[in-house]
Amino acid sequence: MTEQQLVTVDGNEAVAYVAYRTNEVCAIYPITPSSTMAEWADQWASEGKTNIWGNIPLIAEMQSEGGAAGAVHGALQTGALTTTYTASQGLLLMIPNMYKIAGELTSTVFHVAARSLAAQGLSIFGDHSDVMAVRDTGFAQLGSSSVQEAHDMALIAQAATLEARIPFIHFFDGFRTSHEVNKIALLDDQQIRTMIDPIKVREHRARGLNPDNPFIRGTAQNPDVYFQARETVNPFYQQTPAIVQKTMDKFAELTGRHYQLFEYTGAEDAERIIVIMGSAAETVKQTVKALVALGEKVGVIHVRLYLPFDEKAFLAVVPGTTLKIAVLDRCKTPGSTGEPLLHDVINTLTEAFTTDELANLPRTIGGRYGLSSKEFTPAMVKGIFDELSKDKPKHRFTIGINDDVGHTSLDYDPGFNIDPDNVISALFYGLGADGTVGANKNTIKIIGDIPDFFAQGYFVYDSKKSGSQTVSHLRFGPDPIHAPYLVQSAQFIGCHQFNFLFKTDILAKAAEGSVFLLNCPFPAEEVWNHLPRYVQDKIIGKNLSFYVIDATTVARESGMGSRVNTILQTCFFALSGVLPRAEAIAKIKEAIKKTYSRKGEEIVLKNYAAVDQTLAHLYQVTVPETATSTLAMPPIIPIEAPEFVQNVTAKMIAGLGDDLAVSEMPIDGTYPSGTTAWEKRNVSDFVPEWKPDLCIQCGNCSFVCPHSVIRAKFYHQSALDSAPASFKSAPISARGFPETRYTLQIYLEDCTGCNLCVSVCPALSLKESGVKAINMKDKEPLMVSEKENIRFFETLPVNDRARVDFSSIRGAQFLEPLFEFSGACAGCGETPYVKLISQLFGDRLIVANATGCSSIYGGNLPTTPWTKNHEGRGPAWSNSLFEDNAEFGFGFRLTADKHHDLAVQLTRQFEAELGSGFIRDITNARQKTESEIRIQRERVAELKAVLLHLDTEPARDLLSVADHLVRRSIWIVGGDGWAYDIGSAGLDHILASGRDVNVLVMDTEVYSNTGGQMSKSTPLGAVAKFAAAGKTVAKKDIALQGISYGNVYVARIAMGANPQQTLLAMREAEAYPGPSLILAYSHCIAHGINMQNGLKQQALATATGYWPLVRYNPALRQADKNPFVLDSPRPRRAFKDYAYNELRYKMLQRTNPDDADRMLELAQQLVNQKWDIYEQMATRKGSQFHPDATFSE
Amino acid sequence: MDLSTRYMGLTLKHPIVVSSCPLSDSLAGIKTLEDSGASAVVLHSLFEEQIRRENDAFDFFLESGSDSFAESLNFFPHISDGPKDSDRYLNKIRKAVESTDIPIIGSLNGITNSGWIDYAKLIQDAGAHALELNIYFLPTDISLTAQEIEQRYFEILKAVKKAVTIPVAVKLSPFFSAIGNMAKRLDETGADALVLFNRFYQPDFDLDKLQVDPRSSYSSPDEIRLPLLWIAVLHGQLKASLAASRGVHSPVEVVKYLLAGADTVMVASALMKNGPQFLQVLVDGLEHWLTARDYQSLEEIKGVMSKKNVSDPGAFERINYIKVLESFENPFTAGHY
Repeated sequence: MTEQQLVTVDGNEAVAYVAYRTNEVCAIYPITPSSTMAEWADQWASEGKTNIWGNIPLIAEMQSEGGAAGAVHGALQTGALTTTYTASQGLLLMIPNMYKIAGELTSTVFHVAARSLAAQGLSIFGDHSDVMAVRDTGFAQLGSSSVQEAHDMALIAQAATLEARIPFIHFFDGFRTSHEVNKIALLDDQQIRTMIDPIKVREHRARGLNPDNPFIRGTAQNPDVYFQARETVNPFYQQTPAIVQKTMDKFAELTGRHYQLFEYTGAEDAERIIVIMGSAAETVKQTVKALVALGEKVGVIHVRLYLPFDEKAFLAVVPGTTLKIAVLDRCKTPGSTGEPLLHDVINTLTEAFTTDELANLPRTIGGRYGLSSKEFTPAMVKGIFDELSKDKPKHRFTIGINDDVGHTSLDYDPGFNIDPDNVISALFYGLGADGTVGANKNTIKIIGDIPDFFAQGYFVYDSKKSGSQTVSHLRFGPDPIHAPYLVQSAQFIGCHQFNFLFKTDILAKAAEGSVFLLNCPFPAEEVWNHLPRYVQDKIIGKNLSFYVIDATTVARESGMGSRVNTILQTCFFALSGVLPRAEAIAKIKEAIKKTYSRKGEEIVLKNYAAVDQTLAHLYQVTVPETATSTLAMPPIIPIEAPEFVQNVTAKMIAGLGDDLAVSEMPIDGTYPSGTTAWEKRNVSDFVPEWKPDLCIQCGNCSFVCPHSVIRAKFYHQSALDSAPASFKSAPISARGFPETRYTLQIYLEDCTGCNLCVSVCPALSLKESGVKAINMKDKEPLMVSEKENIRFFETLPVNDRARVDFSSIRGAQFLEPLFEFSGACAGCGETPYVKLISQLFGDRLIVANATGCSSIYGGNLPTTPWTKNHEGRGPAWSNSLFEDNAEFGFGFRLTADKHHDLAVQLTRQFEAELGSGFIRDITNARQKTESEIRIQRERVAELKAVLLHLDTEPARDLLSVADHLVRRSIWIVGGDGWAYDIGSAGLDHILASGRDVNVLVMDTEVYSNTGGQMSKSTPLGAVAKFAAAGKTVAKKDIALQGISYGNVYVARIAMGANPQQTLLAMREAEAYPGPSLILAYSHCIAHGINMQNGLKQQALATATGYWPLVRYNPALRQADKNPFVLDSPRPRRAFKDYAYNELRYKMLQRTNPDDADRMLELAQQLVNQKWDIYEQMATRKGSQFHPDATFSE
Repeated sequence: MDLSTRYMGLTLKHPIVVSSCPLSDSLAGIKTLEDSGASAVVLHSLFEEQIRRENDAFDFFLESGSDSFAESLNFFPHISDGPKDSDRYLNKIRKAVESTDIPIIGSLNGITNSGWIDYAKLIQDAGAHALELNIYFLPTDISLTAQEIEQRYFEILKAVKKAVTIPVAVKLSPFFSAIGNMAKRLDETGADALVLFNRFYQPDFDLDKLQVDPRSSYSSPDEIRLPLLWIAVLHGQLKASLAASRGVHSPVEVVKYLLAGADTVMVASALMKNGPQFLQVLVDGLEHWLTARDYQSLEEIKGVMSKKNVSDPGAFERINYIKVLESFENPFTAGHY
């Protein structure tokens, strides 16, 4: 055994480390929570790191997991050692190939960060739904329960598959293991080499397709032989468990870490045992140890090799004294008699009992736990053992929820805790991107690097992309930490944002006598009076040592600018007691030196000074004996919110969603619209303030606002009679509106402070430098008056759409946005487009949303932004999958067309009641303009009134489809990952269908939601994940693809370059009766830009010719007019002027400057060439474009 | 005609040197300048402040939005410690020195003492034949005294001279109470050359937008007056070489500067306007002027019109003021982000 190298890594890195070293080819596709494995592989390949054979594995990103599986299959069939990483729906997309790979007895390991499947809702979090859904494919399934185990099993699976010839899924719990940071013993290359049998590697190669020794594989078989051929593999499955055990034994010899297929822990004379796999096995194991120490006769069987299920090996570890067994599955099989592991266990026991191999048949019950990363704690384990103690335990149960519908859930005492005394647990509450998580990861590394210390970290994020809360769960101790559940009771609580005290119960998990550190602007002697009552009560009640630091001031005064991470990290080191104070401070300085010495001695010294200043400004607060505060946490939502929002949504917002009972949940995933309006997140301390006297009422600010917080109305001046004194207004600047006032109202509590409104405001003060008609100001002084103003503003009537000029930005500001206050990033480049379609077509809009950023900010609980207008109408929204969104939305169209035709057909049966004139009008209504639609709505209302009155069967039938007589606007919305890659074929197909669907592609040129991976939209020269060395292939031009059909309306737009063209294109696309495709430039945080310059970058993208604005309108071709219009002028700036404002382009300058120059030159050439093509197209005659049968009559 | 000149120990084939400008941004650009006849090239300045700002911006955008949302914990591939911005500059020097036969003069603008010393050494190690210190320091802090500011110049020069062995030039602004004495003391502190003068940042106002307009403009021939005066005054009084900078748009200014006593004449704006090939016009014009007056070598005209040699030295002292209109956009402090 060689000396072990100990490192602190997360599960994904631990697994990828082995997979990378033991493979030659890796076909990848990003999907949470597995993406980072693929990112590591790509990263290492770009850095020239080699596998154990000294060569660099080939990493290929595919267009989908289906594509990755195909590439894996192909590489395997030609003899390369090949792997992939995936999860959830990604694994499901691989199923067809998995059958093939297994049927052909092909050695490979798929590493799966196990994740929930989308059912009533999508979840990115962990459970075993995905791996259990592929049980029938023929893959062996080996599960890991910890970061160390995931590292080790990755190798054991790889070694075993080569010998067994059965492909393996190696799975570990998504997030809980994939993202947990823990200290592990790293396998060295020699150990890995020893495990991988070179003969088996060569045999694998020899089985590959080879024209020098040709054969065929993958035949089509007939009824005569398919069945027999299918049975040929049985011996391989029978041998596999023994091979895996043998591999585990060999591994143990090398590393000292012993593993069994089924591992028993517990009392020798156990009567009650739990059978379980995955990370929860660790939790049960630790709980069992604690309970056995208390004298309980309990035990646990940890299942590692789930498939092939080795019955003998299982029975061998079941204690003979066992009376009752609870089998736990982390998935759900609705309608079955139980979940998969339960079935296998019962089957094994029953068979053994009936064949007399087992003397007694233990009573076996089955339960579900931990779906979608639901916490699974020692308290729950205790609850299950308690249930087993009952005479008649529930045969099917759930744990961790309150199932008041099916009554499956078990009760347990949440106070039960098994934390060892020598472990220090800490909780940190931070704001997303405020450095808290990064500092904590750094702390874990620092402490983990100390030889006799172990550290664990797990990080919980909320579901918003802006202003999100992060909670870091850290543990430190002298022994390896096996606690795959959140901190239950913390000895240290760090609250890094003062306002969190008024949003979340920060001290709920504070242990008696623990340390509470609060970052706040108040000095120690004043802070007490600023605390809410519950905080005071808990500080006194739990006897906490209370410290304060003003990190912002310390940072500023010690030259750290706004970076507070080192300061707060220092506080933890000084106060937590993990290390003696002096040693702790020495460690942090050592780490600073390591991190910053590359940047120069001065930076190191500055950080040292920050550490010293921190210690000088860290004060303990003298805690009074009694609580005096009258400050309370404000209500989560206002009392006027609807019942569901009060009872359910509010609890989710408060972080109490775990307490919601099954009966409180919608049964089919249906949730009310418009709930973000009730959640006042107050993300930004700075908000825009309107100056009516300077404003030219152009509407730009409202148009670009990503969070719909800038609203405009015009109204008769008499409405101001009851206005609050601070309510602002100005005479409307349009002609023909006498006695009319205009107000721009800022919904300041919903603003994220992105500054885009200010950046587009064209109205400059002539008297004060830098003052515009809208300016960012401190929010606090405005709060009271503006909240009152908002209330008044909402009493003003919504402007009549018929009186608004839709064709101008100025007019569009008066259209009510039906997409508001989303959780998108501050300054998001996508949401203004989404908002615009909601304004233009919202009351008859159905949206099919591809999975990605837009489905997350559009549909992630607790609150969602798609809302209703004052008439109760608004966008109906749904998300199916990532890959099928075009088809999904196309289905909407089919229904709309079918039910419209049906409604027409049925209406004609009512001639006697309605009159022929009415029937002609309602069935042939032209519904192009807002007023025509309004008239049709009135007709439909009249029709419905008549039908209701008739109350006959045919009338009721027509009523069920009558709404379809108003033309529906169907929009298929998604990002470039969907449109260019995974959904490309579907998109292509529906564009070719000729049906009236509108596709909005919000093109960020990377997979934004999963963290910036390359798509086929990523431009040449840009760095992205999976293109760390810069993308070498040009972006796909799907505008030209769409145009090539001849009957597709196509537009390329960029709001920041030409908002008027954006508006025009949206309206033309919707009006066009066939398929429409809009490609919208969407600046993104993944571009590495200052988001407040997002719109300027859009303008530059167009000015440099990189993003030419175009519209192709097939309707124009009829009159032999050129359907192709180039809306932007000739390039007048160099591509560099745009590109080098963005980190994605600049990055290459740093990593490979020579190549950066070459790429930039090529990128400029591309821009020039594309422009030439477009310009040429813009000068053609209409007849030179493809004909379109829709219009050529 | 022998047009060669000595400039801080370097022998140049003629006195016309390309001063720091965007034409030397790329290696190809430097090659073009050599091919067009430049006798030496001063590379654009390595601004320590700029490097630091770029690094900060790089880190900021790399980490922007990270650890905020579970699906996207960051947005860029991890980059291992690749070349730094300063490495790019040094690399350019290295390549320029390797691929050209003319002296390559590095230029440095530091803000910290360690910056001046570290980067000066790196520029020397990269192979630069000489170093120009562009002490670009705008004392907007009105509590700073003239002595403090002057002392800063001497300290920087002293530190750099101690750190490197290649010749060191100091590029000065004209805004000193006693510019002559300043030059003398810099000479005594060890400057191998003085470059007179820096085009200093002088922003304009945009009256429509009520904003400060930092745009630069090209120099004009009128701007030679101030450097002409001081070169004429200083010629023959210092050990250090003298380089004239500002306002060279035709051979006329070149000749004037040489007559005043300059060892080299820096040119940038004229090349930006007319292209690198304009160098040849300047060289030919100079040669033509010399030939027409039957000079045998450049050395013969150096300082002919200096204060020391001119027929009426008092003429220099009677000049009370010189109007100079200029603006300077520092491309580095303009920032990209």
